[in-house]
Amino acid sequence: MSPLRVATDGWVVAKRNLIKIKRVPEIMVFVLMSPIMFVLLFAYVFGGAIDAGPGLDYKEFLIGGIFAQTVVFGATYSGAALAEDMQKGFIDRFRSLPMSRSAVLVGRTTSDVVYNVVSLAVMAITGLFVGWRAHGSILETAAAFALLLVFAYAISWVMAFIGLIVPSVDVINNASFLVIMPLTFVSNAFVPLESFPSGLRHVVEWNPVSAITQGVRELFGNVPDGMHVPEVWSMQHPVLYTLLWIVLILLVFVPLSVRQYQRTTGK
Amino acid sequence: MGEMIQARGLVKRYGEVEALSGLDLTVPQGTVLGLLGPNGAGKTTAVRILTTLLKPDDGQAEVAGVDVLADPNGVRRRIGLSGQYAAVDEYLTGFENLQMVGRLYGMSARRAGARARELLERFGLTDAADRPSKTYSGGMRRRLDLAGALVAEPPVLVLDEPTTGLDPRSRQQMWDVIRDLVGSGATLLLTTQYLEEADLLADNIVVIDQGRAIAEGTADELKSQTGGERIELVVADGARTDDAARLLGEIAAGDVIRRDRGLSAAVSGDGAGQLRVLLDRLAEADIALLDIGLRRPTLDDVFLELTGHVAEAGDSQTDDATEEVSR
Repeated sequence: MSPLRVATDGWVVAKRNLIKIKRVPEIMVFVLMSPIMFVLLFAYVFGGAIDAGPGLDYKEFLIGGIFAQTVVFGATYSGAALAEDMQKGFIDRFRSLPMSRSAVLVGRTTSDVVYNVVSLAVMAITGLFVGWRAHGSILETAAAFALLLVFAYAISWVMAFIGLIVPSVDVINNASFLVIMPLTFVSNAFVPLESFPSGLRHVVEWNPVSAITQGVRELFGNVPDGMHVPEVWSMQHPVLYTLLWIVLILLVFVPLSVRQYQRTTGK
Repeated sequence: MGEMIQARGLVKRYGEVEALSGLDLTVPQGTVLGLLGPNGAGKTTAVRILTTLLKPDDGQAEVAGVDVLADPNGVRRRIGLSGQYAAVDEYLTGFENLQMVGRLYGMSARRAGARARELLERFGLTDAADRPSKTYSGGMRRRLDLAGALVAEPPVLVLDEPTTGLDPRSRQQMWDVIRDLVGSGATLLLTTQYLEEADLLADNIVVIDQGRAIAEGTADELKSQTGGERIELVVADGARTDDAARLLGEIAAGDVIRRDRGLSAAVSGDGAGQLRVLLDRLAEADIALLDIGLRRPTLDDVFLELTGHVAEAGDSQTDDATEEVSR
């Protein structure tokens, strides 16, 4: 199947997903509520209790973590939507059509980029309200957002795979919760690395969510000169380490998901 | 070309369970094959193999001359599938649903749009065309789903239980639509658990049970297998059912079948004469009846004769009856 056909079919599927946002605006409301809530909760509830480090404002520290957490949580939507399509027999219809094999997944993950663009914009605005600022150049700031979007895109493929193997929509919400909660909380997204016990600290240092959080903080200029950065490669080169994760995830989960899609039939 | 669907020795296993154990199917061009069987007989598995959704563990199949395993995309270009669960996106309008399917068959946006309008008109959905299909009734959704199968005017149509779960009026409408299609020369594979539906729509019927074909033929041929007319009656007082069954058994040509207070049995020769004799004997024994009649055999009887159990599974009432019959 030609790449052009993948693109046109993928676009047809993505358009279908985007029409749903238009018809059910409530989806977008809930997609946006949780990041706003998280920014406000952490800034005002835990903000006073968590010491981000000498000379560092917790709000500045927090935003990078919230951004990373939100795009990871948002990816669950890809999986849930696919699981729902499968349950309703919609995947069967797609699979009986002479369309590109990967188009349904390409369309799904692509339309989720739109969700992420909107939710990042809302979070950035909320962040500005609570006192967060990006101190880096415009280029660096743009790179930070781009990194978040590409990372989110990769996670969407992981969730797409999970969405195709679970028996129902309910399962995916619980299953992804079990993966995503530790992944985002056992990271430096909300609390500084130093606060973890030493055994766990290694996990945190190599956790990709820590890397993207650290990378985004650096690009936003939210890491003040005095802040201690651990002497491990992943934390010294967080952007590069994140990019490696993105490539790895896509290399594994794109073919895996497409293969699973080929085998799956509705329940 | 003669055969539009040809399947030989299809086998599909799910772990220990054999969903299909060597099924053969042949559908000549321009005919309708009804694949008839209860829930779990293997109908949907067969459909999924023929529409490239599932790979068989053994056997081979050709649809419109294209091998299902060797060239699945070639098959997909030549079939239209309308499933058991109406696969329409409830947030999309009827028009958007059909246009999307057209685009995915490879049509241009304009061509797909024109085709969508055409089909909406043909299926009486023009007024609802621009409403999200969420607002449609069950029958309208099924018609939209069927329209989706016709978008690319495929030479072979596969309808998997097109009327399951519809109310009688919607079912009647669906039958009208399908009969129209058949009239225009489509080749159609139809699965159903409704014997009436197969009788009404299909040229040939394959009765399938536990993954294999157990009978094949036209509706008339199948009916003639069960022999002549049947006497059916319902006893007023349940306590007298045994007595009534004994009297019916004395004149019956075959076994007496019981469902609660209802009894039925085939009779040979002069049905009306036998009925009169039975009525006299029942009156003598002072057994009151709610209902009695003489009836031509239906496919229900055929099914019962062939499989030893009644067709519609899943309903607990019927399951009880099945047990009694097999005793």
